[in-house]
Amino acid sequence: MVDTGSMKLDPAIRDQVLATVPSLRAFAISLCGNIDRADDLVQETLLRALAHIDSFQPGTNMPAWLFTILRNLFRSEYRKRRREVEDADGRYAETLISHPEQTGRVEFEEFRVALAKLPADQREALILVGASGFSYDDAAAICGCAVGTIKSRVNRARTRLADMLAIDGIDDFGPDRATRAVLAGGGRS
Amino acid sequence: MGERGKDDAMKHRKTNLKPLEPVAEKPEMQDPMASPVASPHKPEARLGREVQARIGQQLRAMYNDVVNQGVPQHLADLVRRLSDQDQD
Repeated sequence: MVDTGSMKLDPAIRDQVLATVPSLRAFAISLCGNIDRADDLVQETLLRALAHIDSFQPGTNMPAWLFTILRNLFRSEYRKRRREVEDADGRYAETLISHPEQTGRVEFEEFRVALAKLPADQREALILVGASGFSYDDAAAICGCAVGTIKSRVNRARTRLADMLAIDGIDDFGPDRATRAVLAGGGRS
Repeated sequence: MGERGKDDAMKHRKTNLKPLEPVAEKPEMQDPMASPVASPHKPEARLGREVQARIGQQLRAMYNDVVNQGVPQHLADLVRRLSDQDQD
């Protein structure tokens, strides 16, 4: 019954795939902004990857390989729905079980909203480098672009996030809108 | 009528509104409560180490919340099922 010409998947490879699933989901959610769609994307990625497992070279970077497949699937099949997804009011928060004590709920929500406002290229680069822990080289390979492009996207993402979060801080502390209107109208008419 | 209106306005400006002027001319960003990193006139200042550390921390916290959920059962089952099939 057992045919030497066809083999079951090496359990070590299978375990590498399984071990990557949690971060694959986190990346998918950051791309989709929606947990159900993200899980569909991960499932499709796993189907695709295991059907083409021969093209994975043992000893190379399994997470980078799977992330590349996921990203390509997202780009080709999910991108057309991106606007709709980004307009949704973020079911992302519903996927979150707990928050570190040092991160307040409101602050966390502000961060999530700011992140969602980044251009997709920048958000993706920032997450690959800043959260997934990929090197700039790996992130460039995953995104199919030059290392310098990744670096510049990450830098721009950080700058924009800092801008958005800093401006929110001013609104929190500065005069409210009514006070500003009174001051502007009274002083300069 | 126009002249009178103008005079009235000037009078009001002198009497009632004058004390407000110095306040109104101060940009609101000079509010002592606003932190220096929040100034929109100094983009480089906003990229301070503290702000970047905060961004990194929140980014990882958000990401790790999902990572810590582990592998959903249906995805684990999928991988095991596909792995047990013969590879061609």
